[in-house]
Amino acid sequence: MSDTTTDDSPQNGPVLAADGTPLRRSLARALRRQKLRALMLIAPLLIFIMVTFILPVADMLYRSVENGIVSETLPRTVVALADWDAGGDTPPDEAVFAALAADIQIAAEEKTHTKLGSRLNYENPGMSSLFRKSGRQVQRWDLNTDGPFKEKFLDIDDDWGDIDVWRTIQTYSPAMTSGYYLAAVDMQLGADGPEMRPENERIYLKLFGRTLMMSLAITLSCIALGYPVAWLLANLPMRTSNLLMILVLLPFWTSLLVRTSAWKILLQQQGVINDILVWIGLVSDDARLVMINNQLGTIIAMTHILLPFMILPMYSVMQSINPSYLRAAKSLGATDWTAFWRVYFPQTVPGIGAGSILVFILAIGYYITPALVGGTTGTFISNRIAFHISTSLNWGLAAALGGILLAVVLVFYWAYDKFVGIDNVKLG
Amino acid sequence: MLDQGSDDFVVFDKVQKSYDGQTLVVKDLNLSIGKGEFLTMLGPSGSGKTTCLMMLAGFETATHGDILLDGQGINNIPPHKRGIGMVFQNYALFPHMTVAENLAFPLEVRKLGKSDREAKVKRALDMVQMGDFANRRPAQLSGGQQQRIALARALVFEPELVLMDEPLGALDKQLREHMQFEITRLAHELGITTVYVTHDQTEALTMSDRVAVFNDGRIQQLDPPDTLYEEPKNSFVAQFIGENNSLEGTVKELNNDTAVVQLDDGSLIDCRPVNVKQVGDRTKVSIRPERVEYRSERFQEGAHLLKAEVLEFIYMGDVFRTRLRVAGRDDFIMKCRNAPDQIRLKPGETVNIGWMPEDCRALDA
Ligand SMILES: Nc1ncnc2c1ncn2[C@@H]1O[C@H](COP(=O)(O)OP(=O)(O)OP(=O)(O)O)[C@@H](O)[C@H]1O
Ligand SMILES: [Mg+2]
Repeated sequence: MSDTTTDDSPQNGPVLAADGTPLRRSLARALRRQKLRALMLIAPLLIFIMVTFILPVADMLYRSVENGIVSETLPRTVVALADWDAGGDTPPDEAVFAALAADIQIAAEEKTHTKLGSRLNYENPGMSSLFRKSGRQVQRWDLNTDGPFKEKFLDIDDDWGDIDVWRTIQTYSPAMTSGYYLAAVDMQLGADGPEMRPENERIYLKLFGRTLMMSLAITLSCIALGYPVAWLLANLPMRTSNLLMILVLLPFWTSLLVRTSAWKILLQQQGVINDILVWIGLVSDDARLVMINNQLGTIIAMTHILLPFMILPMYSVMQSINPSYLRAAKSLGATDWTAFWRVYFPQTVPGIGAGSILVFILAIGYYITPALVGGTTGTFISNRIAFHISTSLNWGLAAALGGILLAVVLVFYWAYDKFVGIDNVKLG
Repeated sequence: MLDQGSDDFVVFDKVQKSYDGQTLVVKDLNLSIGKGEFLTMLGPSGSGKTTCLMMLAGFETATHGDILLDGQGINNIPPHKRGIGMVFQNYALFPHMTVAENLAFPLEVRKLGKSDREAKVKRALDMVQMGDFANRRPAQLSGGQQQRIALARALVFEPELVLMDEPLGALDKQLREHMQFEITRLAHELGITTVYVTHDQTEALTMSDRVAVFNDGRIQQLDPPDTLYEEPKNSFVAQFIGENNSLEGTVKELNNDTAVVQLDDGSLIDCRPVNVKQVGDRTKVSIRPERVEYRSERFQEGAHLLKAEVLEFIYMGDVFRTRLRVAGRDDFIMKCRNAPDQIRLKPGETVNIGWMPEDCRALDA
């Protein structure tokens, strides 16, 4: 029926360009050329961002669910194990063990069985050594004559008769897994689906909560400290405000490590601030304040480091507010406070919003400062991610934690957009 | 208690103002504004008009002298207690509030009840014919509409005194003329005392009861528009208000209300002495272009005439504007009404021009 629709549409037919082609098509062609040129101009940046940002992020996100290792290393076992009832209380039968023997022999030759062992060890501690031990022995077996294998495996280690071991293998045999994500929120895949880990093994939810709360505290203290400074910057005479601006930017020009270490010197129990407090008698010598290697230390040091990110957007917004608004408010009968609160402050909200988003998102992923001044109670989730990346080498879990962090940031961004409006954000 | 006549609602008494401690932006300002009067401050850029307004509104303090509002010294009253409505040059409508909220603001801070507020806001909006726009944001309004809202907001709390700082500066000509009319109408209907600042002299002449011409931090002349136009007291005012022909010369004869001035090329003209003291003084004589005449039958017996060469003839519809070379200057303008008996002079022609002696004023050099 497409014919009739074309017939029904504009009575005079499509508008034609000078050369007779339909106007819309020649417009599209002209626009396409423009877009192509624009694309070429930004191509270097685009490629750079793709290679250094988008691809790594995508790779990490993939790692957080990727789990090919079990089905790749133990292909026959996985197939044979498919029929086994994980809910029952008997270990699998001989067929599964035969398949396992065949798989492990090949894996041991290729030396992939230890990798699988460490992977499964994340889920069920002890499996790393189980696979290492078995690999050595199974290599010596003759697959055709040495059966039945069930007994022989149990001879190597009783754990092969443990239903939990088989449950773990079965649970993690699909190529994709939610295991890392579950682990990242203190859960695990039990026999009847996801369940909370035992109380004493839960750490991540607490750490996420702490990271969020402390980032929030840092953002709030940045607002409280930054607002008056931004106001001064925007309202002082040029020369004074330029000087002040340099002071605000100074932290940017100092190494992060130097600044953080300076806080250590200032805040530690034998540090400058405690010495002064003791000296003027506000604090007794044996009750020096603990201000570092805890949450307070992290909040103080990070507030200092992130403050410019709050001040600068606020400043640029305040600078664009015409002083005549305040005058108008006062001429209409508002007191100084009312004029500020009803007229000035609402207009600075976009600046506060922009600064808060910046500071909050930076804080949530901050790593060096909490590591240096956070002690045990003031570390962030990012410190845990770093641990899994560089020490425990559990990249899947690190990726899952990072993925959750990313999701949290996006949720905050979305919430901000919904309640304040992202187009209200002004960076300058 | 002195008699507070209607002339003294706002008084500037020997007011001086300096921002930097070196130069006086306002030098010795003396001005009384009567209740209900529409007074315009007119002057070139930088002459101190806004400064005067800001002192009155309380956003700047006078360096010296007193400002009285209704007989009370204003220095002791903070801006928000003065009850002065103000329209700013950029309107200063609060961008985060709707039109209705903007208008309700002064009522809210005065703690008026909700229904009272709504009624007054509605009345003020209707007054400026913006009743349908209550729920818009200022950014969604055109310049002229914003201007009306700014006006309505300055009037909604019924102040006795309203200050306006070049409120029509950003509008196009047609809208400006319309708003000039609206503002004067409202000011007179509501009986509000208005101090209006502009550097557009047409605006000043058409709107005001009296105009204060500012220059160099001083009031050069304070008079009703017609007096200002027809009887400028010095050459700055003559030059600043309306179109003006100015010729330089020396006083040759001086009587009570007539004088003869010899122009620099030797020719003589009749004029009225205004700002000259004695024979021999240098003077600038000022003649309005529409008072210049070239038809010999209109001249008095024995009047001094000047030779003029036509340089340019411009047809402007209602008037003919002719540019002449007179006494060595080629920017002399003559305006003639487009009447059936009017001749269209051609460039190159030579004519004799003259005027009534009282239309030509000998002012300071
Ligand atoms: N806040 C200020 N600090 C220093 N000098 C100022 C300030 N405001 C105005 N001035 C100076 O005072 C003089 C008068 O300024 P004012 O704003 O009163 O002029 P104006 O008559 O309103 O001019 P315009 O028609 O351009 O608005 C100017 O020379 C100006 O540079
Ligand atoms: Mg001004």
